[in-house]
Amino acid sequence: MSNKMATREAYGKKLAMLGETTDIIVMDADLSGSTKTGEFAKKFPGRFINTGIAEGNMMSTAAGIATTGKTVFASSFAMFAAGRAFEQIRNSICYPKLNVKIGATHAGISVGEDGATHQSIEDIALMRSVPNMVVLSPVDQYETYAVLDAAVKYDGPVYIRLARLPIENIYDENYTFEIGKSHTLADGNDVTIIATGIMVGAALQAVNMLKEQGINARLINMASIKPIDKDAIIKAAKETKAIVTVEEHSIIGGLGSAVCEVLCECEPVKVKRIGVEDRFGQSGKPELLFEEYGLTAENIVKQTKILLNK
Amino acid sequence: MDNKQLMLHAANIRKNILTAVHAPKSGHPGGSLSVCDLLTLLYFEVMNVDPKNPTSSSRDRFVLSKGHAAPALYSTLAERGFFPTDDLCNFRKFGSILQGHPVMYVPGVDVATGSLGQGISAANGMAIAGKLDKSDYRVYTVLGDGECQEGQVWEAAMFAGHYKLDNLCAFVDHNHLQIDGKVEDVMNPTPIDEKFKAFGWNVLTCDGHDFDQLRKAVNSAKSYIGKPTVVILNTVKGKGVSFMENQVNWHGSAPNDEQYKQAIDEIEQYIKTLGGAL
Repeated sequence: MSNKMATREAYGKKLAMLGETTDIIVMDADLSGSTKTGEFAKKFPGRFINTGIAEGNMMSTAAGIATTGKTVFASSFAMFAAGRAFEQIRNSICYPKLNVKIGATHAGISVGEDGATHQSIEDIALMRSVPNMVVLSPVDQYETYAVLDAAVKYDGPVYIRLARLPIENIYDENYTFEIGKSHTLADGNDVTIIATGIMVGAALQAVNMLKEQGINARLINMASIKPIDKDAIIKAAKETKAIVTVEEHSIIGGLGSAVCEVLCECEPVKVKRIGVEDRFGQSGKPELLFEEYGLTAENIVKQTKILLNK
Repeated sequence: MDNKQLMLHAANIRKNILTAVHAPKSGHPGGSLSVCDLLTLLYFEVMNVDPKNPTSSSRDRFVLSKGHAAPALYSTLAERGFFPTDDLCNFRKFGSILQGHPVMYVPGVDVATGSLGQGISAANGMAIAGKLDKSDYRVYTVLGDGECQEGQVWEAAMFAGHYKLDNLCAFVDHNHLQIDGKVEDVMNPTPIDEKFKAFGWNVLTCDGHDFDQLRKAVNSAKSYIGKPTVVILNTVKGKGVSFMENQVNWHGSAPNDEQYKQAIDEIEQYIKTLGGAL
């Protein structure tokens, strides 16, 4: 349980496992070493297609393959999948609701040294705005496995947001995941923290720190960003009266926005969105970047207390 | 099928195209009329398709990469019996399945297109899937010459050449006109043939309105092993309606009632010269 693995690594491992039991096709645009699709490529060379550095072409080609009844995983960095190939994803894949799963690795600022050009902080906003698209953002190895199982079973496009940074496991092999459902990791009635992706770890730490200070926080892991678990959000708002969202993404258009969309229509309460505050990332070690951009357990604690006037 | 029958089908399809764009007063007649003869040959002679079973897994595929020529595709599918010709009057209208650009829920449409450059990639996907499945269906796609300004066309050209997709045959509807004017003036994509050749394609050129030449090119593509084939079609935008031919303003505007009648009369006269309707 204490071992660490990046969700991109889990993606690669799980694809290689799925290759044994399903007839999935895996595509990559010259990043198979980084997106970890290389393992699948080695095991199933006949079902791996490298498009070279041409992400737009990869997405439309994936759509064409999917019209023949196959399930295709198209992989690249989040920046070049959701960003560069946005319109191919929208028009070639989502509009006809084709069975293409997009494995988008290297999401967020934790990409680190590569800097802002490679740090996607807009992909959730872009992907969840497209009709027919499902957006999933797993936290660790086992949730990534479960998310991929769900994605394969689901008939239609799915965007899977993955990270480069190795992450301490929160779940184990018994974890199950359902599209549209969240998972409550800690119960509490003073405040609710809703986190997604690799920020769930920092949020979990924050919950423990708050507990020591006499604040009982609920923690919801919202891996299914679209469709989002409205019931869990409304219930949390009713029972805890204040909500903090945490994501490794811009505060514009991401998880925080999605949560606020539910709250302002159904159960308005005080909200603090923690994320990248409308600025670009930069080069540096992930830990230093988390510090700079406020994506730490300490800042979650601080912002939660401000929200609660404590 | 003999050429005269093909010519009569093409004439009907031309009438259908005009009816389709006249009904909503919207659509793209010019580039529909220029690919009309190719589509006639493909759907009435070349492709293995069955209007009663439009999603058969062994069928040949067609991708209209220049998706704005939807009136040509829909009219051809209707003429071939995929859905009633009367439905064409609902083209581009609210509630109709006949959306402004091709969508997969129209019987016989193999993939959604309309955003230029993406269709040829989708055709590559179908072709490589056929190779993986060791299926012997063939994939046909038609691009505009203006469309060849899209970078994705050349990403796709590189892909098809690299993977030796000899089950793919692309056509470029080289009618020399795009919305803003002459293709060569707006942004010259020529030589188109040499570019495809450089990406590893078998390249052919023919008159896009001559059934003998089209047939010869398609057959030659079928027997070519190891490379995808592209056929550069020398075509006339607006072909078959004298006042629309080579006129850029007919790229994306519909005829008024008078122009519509004039165009239909002209095609009916032509049908008479062929000895009457089918």
